[in-house]
Amino acid sequence: MRKLRAVATKELKQVLRDPLSLLTLIGFPAFMLLLYGFALNFDVRHVGLAVQDLDHSRPSRDVISAFVNSTYFDVAATPGPAEDLTRLLERRVAKAVLVIPEGFASDLAAARGAQVQLLLDGSDSLTATTVLGYADAIVAESNVRVLGQAVTRAGQRLDVGIDFEPRVYYNPELRSVRFLVPGLVGLIMMLTGVLSTALSVVREKERGTIEQIRMAPLNGFELIAGKTLPYLGLSLVATAFILAMAWAIFGVEIRGSLLDLFAATLLYLLGALGFGLLISTLVNSQALAFQIGLLGSLLPALLLSGFVFQIRLMPVWLKAITYLVPARYYLVILRGIILKGASLAPYWDQMGYLALYVTAVLGLATVRMTRREG
Amino acid sequence: MRALWHMIVKELLQLRQDPKMLRVIFMAPLIQMTILGFAVNTEVTEVPIVLVDQDRTPSSRTLVDSFARSAYFELVGEEQSARAAEAHLVKGDASAVLVIRQGYAAAVHGGRTPRVQLLVDGSDSSAAMVVLGYSSRIVGGESAALLAARLQALAGESATTVAKVGRIELVPRVLFNPDLKSRWFYVPAVLAMVLMVVTSMLTAMGVVREKEIGTLEQLIVTPLKPWQLIAGKLFPFALIGVVQIFLVTSIVVFGFQVPLRGSFLLLLLLAQLFLLNTLGLGLLVSTLVRTQQQAMMTAAFTLMMPMVYLSGLIFPIENMPPAIQLLTYLIPLRYFATIIRGVFLKGSGLGVLWPEALALLAMGLAITSVAVLRFRKRLD
Repeated sequence: MRKLRAVATKELKQVLRDPLSLLTLIGFPAFMLLLYGFALNFDVRHVGLAVQDLDHSRPSRDVISAFVNSTYFDVAATPGPAEDLTRLLERRVAKAVLVIPEGFASDLAAARGAQVQLLLDGSDSLTATTVLGYADAIVAESNVRVLGQAVTRAGQRLDVGIDFEPRVYYNPELRSVRFLVPGLVGLIMMLTGVLSTALSVVREKERGTIEQIRMAPLNGFELIAGKTLPYLGLSLVATAFILAMAWAIFGVEIRGSLLDLFAATLLYLLGALGFGLLISTLVNSQALAFQIGLLGSLLPALLLSGFVFQIRLMPVWLKAITYLVPARYYLVILRGIILKGASLAPYWDQMGYLALYVTAVLGLATVRMTRREG
Repeated sequence: MRALWHMIVKELLQLRQDPKMLRVIFMAPLIQMTILGFAVNTEVTEVPIVLVDQDRTPSSRTLVDSFARSAYFELVGEEQSARAAEAHLVKGDASAVLVIRQGYAAAVHGGRTPRVQLLVDGSDSSAAMVVLGYSSRIVGGESAALLAARLQALAGESATTVAKVGRIELVPRVLFNPDLKSRWFYVPAVLAMVLMVVTSMLTAMGVVREKEIGTLEQLIVTPLKPWQLIAGKLFPFALIGVVQIFLVTSIVVFGFQVPLRGSFLLLLLLAQLFLLNTLGLGLLVSTLVRTQQQAMMTAAFTLMMPMVYLSGLIFPIENMPPAIQLLTYLIPLRYFATIIRGVFLKGSGLGVLWPEALALLAMGLAITSVAVLRFRKRLD
């Protein structure tokens, strides 16, 4: 135990002496949080809309104001009849063009279907999908309103059709920062856990100091635990820091129990550190360790974990791969605890998968490390 | 000139001696593209919903069917009460619960206002937003049908004239990406990311490695002029960059079937302007750090990550706050992202893209000059 402490102390001193790696451990997570909290989101609002009104009637103006009043759209241009609308989208003056053709009002008055056209820049598919959804909802709403008024007048009783009450749980203001914070925590711990462990071992290999450590009277467990414990501690500190910041700046509170959170996090971190160790047994240069660490941990945690992109929509073979990504399980648990105020109980299966991953990775790493020593 | 040639040959030989590194250089884009091409799907379809139908009448069935029939929703279960259905939201296996209470049909036929509830898991805010849009459209359609039927009934029974009401029909036309495939948006972006990773990070690390090993000193005492040294160092990475443009573009076009509507030549040309930026940044980083690890960390985290995030490559710039939108103008990748999407999806030519090309050129010259100046000062 004393030997273990010696290795851990040495490792910790080494980290603390290197301001740059400390910065990556604490500064980078903070930076990411601010970035995601303030800048990055898929909340599509204030879409630039070009409006071409060829009808110039009261109903056409009503449609336009329904779009503007929805607050989703800002009028960015009002092209004349001769203007090239495709060009407007190509030059990114507007994301969408609303065209109200001549005869719109008379079609409406004759109780025919009155068409309005919406030209969309589809290159950014998510924004376009969202914009299309807004437009559809706005048009459906105005139809219902006009019809409802007619029925009310004729029947002399208020009629609004179906009363639709959507209720949003867990994140009623629909702020994407709430959704992103747990993902970010998972991502950052993967990063610090895998990279720092892998690099710290490989660095010693590069400098040849690993031989010195091997000569020391340490067994495999002491060596591995001593190498990883400081990073475990630092990563936990970084996590606490991120969560505190998310709470202080963005009001993201943890609705579940801190103890559950800690338990899940510890398990997840062990997996990350184990993976870092495993990488360090496979390569000899820091550059390579870095590349593999990035490709093998950060990228999957970013793309294959459900952080931003839904696993549900992936092809089967890729879904199969996501089962190997520990962040996938951790994120479900974390979102449950932080956003939904759940306990660990509904997520016993996710915890089980995580435990399995940890055992496999740590086992492999230990086997490889001790074999090399012998 | 001969000296420069020797320098380049030496650099290329050195690169060849590191086959593991080379493999990573060429594997990275393949992996990135495969993952981005298949994993990144922001199309919100078949949202899993759980149904709580306490009414169980033909009327409630009609409404449920209009949800189930749409491509947006998929019924994954049924529960007796809203309470029981909420457990699915907690567990995460459903994103919304459609609740139709008893008395729905009675209200529909009795001329009263029927109520429908939708409980939405808001944790994924962007998906929730789309779900809200879809569902209000579906219910809106049902609502309009109900009102139209009532209007007709009133017109039939009452002597007073009933106003005729026309309905507005929205006819959407999506340009550049008619099926709204998110793959078309994200896959070409890999080109920019790969170029940046390879040229900035490897340049920085390549130079710093020589510093670490001490061979940079040896190079400095050779009769190479500083510009030859710099050009020789940068050339192999520029070459790898160009090879990767061909490689990545052909995979994007032939593998992922993303259309290249503009000219490849233009893309190649404008990519050179981007390379000027990234090589310059790589060189700049190498003058700021001492170890390879620092070079990697600096290149990856202070350079590449913010650049990727703030360039509009993944997250739309229009959604950012105004102050940060201004900041994005300082990011070369922003212009290249516009160029890539313009050339691939919109078939744009220089007539549209000249401001971006000009910005890349100006920034590239500025960055490279600063980097070269700093590098030379260290050599002297």
